[in-house]
Amino acid sequence: MTNVLALIETSASGAITGSAAGLIAAASKLGVPVAVVVTQQGEGAAAVSELGNLGAQHVYLAESPEVGRLMAAAQVEALMSAARELDPSAVILANSVESREIAGRFAVRSGGGLLVDVVDVRTAQDGSAVGVHSIFGGTYTVEATVQSGPTVITLRQGALNEPAASKVPSTTTVSLAVAAGNATTITMVQPVSSGSGRPALRGAAAVVSGGRGLGSKQNFVLVEQLADALGAAVGASRAAVDAGYIEQNSQVGQTGITVSPQLYVALGISGAIQHRAGMQTAKTIVAINKDEDAPIFEVADFGIVGDVFTVVPQLIEALQARSN
Amino acid sequence: MKIIVLVKQVPDTEEERRLDPVTGLLDRGANECVADEINERALEVALRHRDANKGTEVVALTVGPASATAVLRKALSMGADSAVHVVDDLLEGADIAATARVLAAAVQQAGFDLVVTGNESTDGRGGVVPAMVAEHLGLPLLSSLNTMEITPERVAGEATVEAGNLTVSALLPAIVSVTERSAEARFPNFKGILTAKRKPLATLSLEDLGVIPHGGGANSTVLTVSERPARTAGKKIVDDGTAAKDLADFLVASRLI
Ligand SMILES: Cc1cc2nc3c(=O)[nH]c(=O)nc-3n(C[C@H](O)[C@H](O)[C@H](O)COP(=O)(O)OP(=O)(O)OC[C@H]3O[C@@H](n4cnc5c(N)ncnc54)[C@H](O)[C@@H]3O)c2cc1C
Repeated sequence: MTNVLALIETSASGAITGSAAGLIAAASKLGVPVAVVVTQQGEGAAAVSELGNLGAQHVYLAESPEVGRLMAAAQVEALMSAARELDPSAVILANSVESREIAGRFAVRSGGGLLVDVVDVRTAQDGSAVGVHSIFGGTYTVEATVQSGPTVITLRQGALNEPAASKVPSTTTVSLAVAAGNATTITMVQPVSSGSGRPALRGAAAVVSGGRGLGSKQNFVLVEQLADALGAAVGASRAAVDAGYIEQNSQVGQTGITVSPQLYVALGISGAIQHRAGMQTAKTIVAINKDEDAPIFEVADFGIVGDVFTVVPQLIEALQARSN
Repeated sequence: MKIIVLVKQVPDTEEERRLDPVTGLLDRGANECVADEINERALEVALRHRDANKGTEVVALTVGPASATAVLRKALSMGADSAVHVVDDLLEGADIAATARVLAAAVQQAGFDLVVTGNESTDGRGGVVPAMVAEHLGLPLLSSLNTMEITPERVAGEATVEAGNLTVSALLPAIVSVTERSAEARFPNFKGILTAKRKPLATLSLEDLGVIPHGGGANSTVLTVSERPARTAGKKIVDDGTAAKDLADFLVASRLI
């Protein structure tokens, strides 16, 4: 089996982030999973056992003072260095703002072909890496390969949830020489205000989303209350984000996050095609909208023509009565 | 300052989009094709800078089939000063790698201080092209900016990433991609539409750019395409005061709570 690199993302403080499990799981499906992690000098050792628990067979620790200071430069250098040493058949990265840049640059520098925004991977009979893409909001599933290696793959965040079996990894530590040159510098990092205690939108089993129909930021609390009653994550339409009811990282749809939960509840959302593109693969869809012709009803398993301000409080009450 | 804005013609997201079931390529005939909304926002960012800074020139550039002239005409009518269209039969079916190589060659030939692109197209959604163009040219990329500030020497801005908000900065020349939070695009006005017809629109082939496409347009190969059956509407009730209870029962019966 050939080596497959998974580029691990780290937080500003050097901790491994939530995308690691999926990246290593994907690498394990294609070959020997090697976690490549770039940290400040001496900071990576703590990550090794954690990456082993997530299934990494080998950890390639690259140390550079430029990580966290420059965009992409140290990570691209680390992948190039790991690729020279380990001759991987594929390299897997998260489909995030930062890792996309690393993927694009690494593909050009290494000459590898790209498979972007894949939701799953598998090995073809001839041993080559196959990427599974979910196109146009899940309307199509397309499998593709590339001719020139290594295959560079960006993995949709939250798409692979089954972690690989844990390992006791071996480790290589290298110190990187990164030419700062004309790279983009990070001048400030403002961490997100830490969690509401609700499940993350990506990969959530249940999602309650609100739209323009909520009417105001104050009223949007109703969406959060129903989400809490269901143990669900909170999502939103673009119109609700544009109106400032909620942060942009809650947007579901064509240009937001794609979710595929067991239950999706749409409150005051018309169901524009661009919104449906982000949620139409949910197992069960519930919609509450006062317009009986709203397109969301075309995809809803259970639709209520009604006012969210009447129906949702009653629903929360009914759910609470049941759990008592 | 010369700013090049990359624009792309895509199938309108207002309708169901189709893939050719055999090739897995976009069925361009199935939809009306429009300028991708994100590119109009990118153009807006550039035009606002020009409106506030005399001596700024804004060029719209696309790589695409003959029909893509329409998106350049629209960019010109919104206010771009000139346009470049790279069109070549050899580009049919071009994948990300081939497209990025051609874009890099085209912007390099045109010359620029800043290239502004959308963060991801609505048809490809890969979001890697700006980085690939930057890598081909050995230039910095400021990716997925919500806000952008241009000075004669530098470009800076804010991007939202998983961990929070980053403020990033680079020396010019540079490549920038913007998100849909960056700007609301203007509509072309009547005067804009009239003057657009007189603005320069250059058409270039791959030979003009000195790019040799190796192995046809594409490096990636589609193996299989399958279509998901369309969702059908389920139960729909009008609230008469008992709908919430019915829904709670449904959720229980479906084992969702
Ligand atoms: C390129 C592109 C990308 C896009 N990407 C996205 C995306 O990622 N995500 C996204 O969501 N949109 C996206 N859009 C926008 C999309 O087209 C719609 O404009 C948007 O989804 C509408 O949001 P909405 O349903 O909240 O608002 P509206 O369409 O205004 O619908 C509000 C709904 O609330 C209902 N309502 C009002 N009051 C009540 C009440 N008291 N009780 C019950 N119902 C009520 C109304 O009947 C109406 O149906 C995109 C558009 C484009 C062009």
